Amino acid sequence: MAAPETSTAAVQTLYTNNTLRNAFGGVLSFFILLLIGVMAFSIRLFSVIKYESVIHEFDPYFNYRVTQFLAKNGIYEFWNWFDDRTWYPLGRVIGGTVYPGLTLTAGTIWWLLNSLNIPLSVETVCVFTAPIFSAFASWATYLLTKEVKGTGAGLTAAALLAMVPSYISRSVAGSYDNEAVAIFALIFTFYLYIKTLNTGTLFYATLNSIAYFYMVCSWGGYTFIINLIPMHVLLCIVTGRFSSRLYIAYAPLVVLGTLLAALVPVVGFNAVMTSEHFASFLVFIIIHVVAFVYYIKGILSPKMFKVAVTLVVSVGLAVCCAVIAVLIALVASSPTKGWSGRSLSLLDPTYASKYIPIIASVSEHQPPTWPSYFMDINVLAFLVPAGIIACFLPLSDASSFVVLYIATSVYFSGVMVRLMLVLAPAACITSGIALSQAFDVFTGSIKFQLTGASSNTEVDAAETSSSTAESQTDAVKTEKPEETAKNRPSRKSKKKEREHGEKPSTKAKAEKKRLLALPLESSVISLLLLVLLGAFYVVHCVWAAAEAYSAPSIVLTSHSHDGLHVFDDFREAYAWLRHNTDVDDKVASWWDYGYQTTAMANRTVIVDNNTWNNTHIATVGTAMSSPERAAWEIFHSLDVKYVLVVFGGLVGYPSDDINKFLWMVRIGGGVFPHIKEPDYLRDGQYRIDSQATPTMLNCLMYKLSYYRFVETDGKGFDRVRQTEIGKKYFKLTHFEEAFTTHHWMVRIYKLKPPKNRIRGKTKKSKSKTSSTTSSPKRSGTKKKNPWQ
Amino acid sequence: MGISRFVLLVFTISMLASPALSDLVLSKVDRRIYLTSHIVRISSTLEVENAGPETVSKVLLAFPDLQAQNLAYLMASPHEAKAKFKISVVSFPIDVVKPEDMPPGVTFYSVSLPQGLTMGASFTFDVLVVFTHALRPMPEQIGQADIQLVLYQDSAYYLSPYVVKVQSLSLKLPDSRIESYTTLESTKVQGSEIKYGPYENLPAFSSSPITVHFENNLPIAIAQELVREIEISHWGNVLVTEHYKLIHGGAQSKGEFSRLEPQARENVQGPSAVRYLVAHLPPRAHSVYYRDAIGNISTSHLRGDSKKTELLIEPRYPMFGGWRTAFTIGYGLPLQDCLYESEGRRFLNTTFSSPMIELVIDTLIVKVVLPEGSSDISVAAPFFMKQWQETKISHLDIVGRPVVVLEKTNLVPEHNQYFQVYYKFNRLSMLREPLMLISGIFFFFVACIVYMHADTSISKFSASYLAKQQWEEVRVAIQQVHNIICRCLATHDKLEASLRDLSRTGEVQACKAARKSTDGLLKELSKELKPLMTFLQSSPSAVQVEELVAKERELLEKFMAKHSTAVEAYEKKSGARDIENRIALHQQKITALRQEVDDLLEFIDEI
Repeated sequence: MAAPETSTAAVQTLYTNNTLRNAFGGVLSFFILLLIGVMAFSIRLFSVIKYESVIHEFDPYFNYRVTQFLAKNGIYEFWNWFDDRTWYPLGRVIGGTVYPGLTLTAGTIWWLLNSLNIPLSVETVCVFTAPIFSAFASWATYLLTKEVKGTGAGLTAAALLAMVPSYISRSVAGSYDNEAVAIFALIFTFYLYIKTLNTGTLFYATLNSIAYFYMVCSWGGYTFIINLIPMHVLLCIVTGRFSSRLYIAYAPLVVLGTLLAALVPVVGFNAVMTSEHFASFLVFIIIHVVAFVYYIKGILSPKMFKVAVTLVVSVGLAVCCAVIAVLIALVASSPTKGWSGRSLSLLDPTYASKYIPIIASVSEHQPPTWPSYFMDINVLAFLVPAGIIACFLPLSDASSFVVLYIATSVYFSGVMVRLMLVLAPAACITSGIALSQAFDVFTGSIKFQLTGASSNTEVDAAETSSSTAESQTDAVKTEKPEETAKNRPSRKSKKKEREHGEKPSTKAKAEKKRLLALPLESSVISLLLLVLLGAFYVVHCVWAAAEAYSAPSIVLTSHSHDGLHVFDDFREAYAWLRHNTDVDDKVASWWDYGYQTTAMANRTVIVDNNTWNNTHIATVGTAMSSPERAAWEIFHSLDVKYVLVVFGGLVGYPSDDINKFLWMVRIGGGVFPHIKEPDYLRDGQYRIDSQATPTMLNCLMYKLSYYRFVETDGKGFDRVRQTEIGKKYFKLTHFEEAFTTHHWMVRIYKLKPPKNRIRGKTKKSKSKTSSTTSSPKRSGTKKKNPWQ
Repeated sequence: MGISRFVLLVFTISMLASPALSDLVLSKVDRRIYLTSHIVRISSTLEVENAGPETVSKVLLAFPDLQAQNLAYLMASPHEAKAKFKISVVSFPIDVVKPEDMPPGVTFYSVSLPQGLTMGASFTFDVLVVFTHALRPMPEQIGQADIQLVLYQDSAYYLSPYVVKVQSLSLKLPDSRIESYTTLESTKVQGSEIKYGPYENLPAFSSSPITVHFENNLPIAIAQELVREIEISHWGNVLVTEHYKLIHGGAQSKGEFSRLEPQARENVQGPSAVRYLVAHLPPRAHSVYYRDAIGNISTSHLRGDSKKTELLIEPRYPMFGGWRTAFTIGYGLPLQDCLYESEGRRFLNTTFSSPMIELVIDTLIVKVVLPEGSSDISVAAPFFMKQWQETKISHLDIVGRPVVVLEKTNLVPEHNQYFQVYYKFNRLSMLREPLMLISGIFFFFVACIVYMHADTSISKFSASYLAKQQWEEVRVAIQQVHNIICRCLATHDKLEASLRDLSRTGEVQACKAARKSTDGLLKELSKELKPLMTFLQSSPSAVQVEELVAKERELLEKFMAKHSTAVEAYEKKSGARDIENRIALHQQKITALRQEVDDLLEFIDEI
């Protein structure tokens, strides 16, 4: 009697297990998510471990400085902040020209921690904001993918996103930039949109607008959302998927979202004025028309409806044409057609290089190369097509959104390497779907093969009846519940539609599994291959995080035969400026170093990375490309005391000012026509050796970079350009070297004060200075010694 | 300008020279002035003799005001004796006994002798005086590659309110390169040493100005401000953080900067630039860091042995005259190395000043952060300083930690002595913060549980809310139905088992009994099922449930049929093969039905 007892117990436990299994699955996925979050956070800590806890690159320094200001002075001061330490003498209104999302987020975290008496410095909070938000982003990916294709796909997508190199590159610890927060906001906004689309509740629609508001606060990339969602809505309408849920998902977003977006000072009236937002309003009108038509269709008989349609279409078409004509006339009247430069260069990739050299000069605004796709999304590039197919298998509103998202982001990433970042979540979601579906199929068929075989043997043991009959009945019976299952959802209330909508699909999947089971061996092998693919991806991601993307770029390291070599020249120079110049001195440099100078050296700069005033940048570019005297005059008129140049010729640091110099010439020449690019090129080639043009060899940038460079090795061999410099021995008459860092990477020059107007003596003094500088200095000072 | 003032002062002093205030006579004075670093140390050996009748226990030391304002440290100790006793403390000058007799411009310090000197008795003791900012760079501005020349002024005669019988003076310079020096009678130069004297029988307050102008390329590192924070954690660590604001106090740099000279002359150590600083940390110092406002500074070396930890730090850039920098170093010390207990009180015993060697500190602020809940705080320090208390709110504090703040100006390495901070601390308050964290997390979970169970919806009569509630009820009912069906199926299994028993043993009665019991059970179950079914009638998933129940009925019937046929067959004692055939008919239907029921169950379970 023991055996039956246990069997009944087993049956009972099996059924109680079923609910238990669900609960267990929930807990398990919770812990998996937690681990994914931990992984997303910790994979980004390579930069802290390998280097140090420091803010990276250029823009993060500005954000850091703004956050410091916010933490010190509070939110109201922040909104009204007029920064007089940059863009001298114009200054810059920070509160109204900055996307405040990131700063406010980090500031809030800092404030919260401090009010809990956890005294972390602002810097620490800023450094770790990006890793924290990448954990949030992977959770948001889970939610989004779960809405589209279920929990398994969600977990896979979240795990993929947690370590996708493209996203890591922008969110390592210390990379305190808008994108760090914005990608989370982007994914979360999409999730809430899909959630609203699936449930049709206003609650989620409102949350969606708020998430959109956060995105608008965080990043200029919000225009992607406000164009993608209308596109999807339009797609749904065109494919006949219009429903009240779609209306609820879209209409509140446009109304509330636009209102909220207009609250952000940097966006303001742009939220209704610029062409980037035009699509959303157009679709807003369309969706109302469609909703109205559906409503009319509901009350009218089909015949009446046809009549009404012909009437309305003929009248409406005329009105529409008129409205569109007016709109086009309005838009066309503005020179940029109402689009901002960056957006235009998205639509027309050649636009920036033709008209706006500043945008084109930024390396992250260039189109990516093919290897960068493999570097940044790795195996996902191969999984994406499979994911798109999986999205089509049962095409729902949600999965069509994913398809649209991936398609548009692939295009944008092809235009601008920076937008690879937008592609990464889409690629992760689609590959997550692909991987999870593949796993489903393979594990399902393995399970079917295994359990099918074992149950067969059981049956054989229990009774001798033929198994063929049984399998036949099995096949017959399996079809029946499917039919019933398919009929059911139609009878159910709309509220539970989502839950029920999933049921038949899982049911159908189970049926398909039985019918489309793969052979055991092949499914095991493909499973192993998939795991191998995943392992390859993980290895690549960890490598990318550790080696490729964690360098803070203000500290450079190189491995040579005698160990690690650290190049800390930038901070050396900034620290020197900070401690050894007057607090109100103005420092001129190319705009790349503006943010760093204000943040690290706390000195006023002429131009910085914000690049809002082309003329001002062109002035600095002109000064750099002018001969010494003219440059001195320009700088002197700007009240500049120090000029900072970055020079990599001694150690072979390639992104130095000489390599950027052509952009200075171009930007300068764009505003001041006496600077002509051909003057700096010999036969169309940019060179600094003895073949270089005299204009090139006499311009300020050349002189400041190579001043006394020849004395280091006797030849003046530039290790970046791999050539000997053209003009080796020269003197500076209007500038004097104030500081040069250890590896000569940053050189700071001081403007000499204007000479007294003694006409007869100017020539003499010139010759004198030139003679004394070459002679040993000691003799000069000895004479002045009063104790002799 | 300064020099002429000094000469004038000395002159007036000698003019005013008046008879000594007491009958003490300095029978021998030996002065050695060390100018080898930028800190001037004067070590003098004084032999005092009491020529008067009264017993004297105090000896006055005199310094001209110009020197006295640079005086950082003053210590007297018995000659050649090991046990030092500190008699007078700097910045607490005991003024003259008879001010009207004393010449102006002189500051007096009185040294109390261990015992009074009776008539004719003599006593020998050493006085160490340390001056800062006593070397003046001359010229005041030099080029980057130039050597640094400094000027030192003093008197060739020992300035004293007493008659000095025999005295001599020697100046030790860092180098034999001397630009100039004052020549008096009996002046000798031996290598890097200049000797004046011996001079005999000079009256009180006699002086003769001397000036030495010599090369001193040693880096003049001066910390304009140093804030040391010593934070005690009773979990086993003492954290020391030191914020330096450093300036090169030598001749100002002028002219053009060039990397070429410092690089070419790297091994000569160049002229006076501050290239590195050396700190001697306590032996078991750990977690040492060196950074500034913009991040780590990667140029430092740490060497350690059992006696000390040597930290060599380079500033971000070589510091030329007048250049400034600021940085922070920090390190941890094991608690047992510096915290002791006595008479129920704990005390911290650690060094007062900076661990850097040859560093002059203009202003030093030492903050000792005691653990939260410390009380009864007192400080024992070897010299006088300003002190007050603050509170600092740090990690998870509620009332804040008491901070003892000590401030002192003009410090030299000699000040790096041990000082003690006594306080009372209850060991149990260590647990406060962990407990706070634990309870915080606990309450968070409680709040989560409460939130999950509480009904937070605002309108209790809205359609969606009602629908939700109804759905909840339906789900519960379906769950119950599900359970009942499961139990039915279990009884089916029981029947099946009894059948198997039957085939094995052939006991028809037992089988019948089993049948009866299951019948009863099933009846009860169907009774239970009825109200649920009526409740579920209106719900959207009623169809499935009904189907399930119907299927289950059918299954049951088939089962019963199978059972009864089997029992019947056994009663009739028909052949095994016959029984099997008859059962097999039922069995097929049963397995089919069972499959269906299972599928339905699974489906319902997913609701």
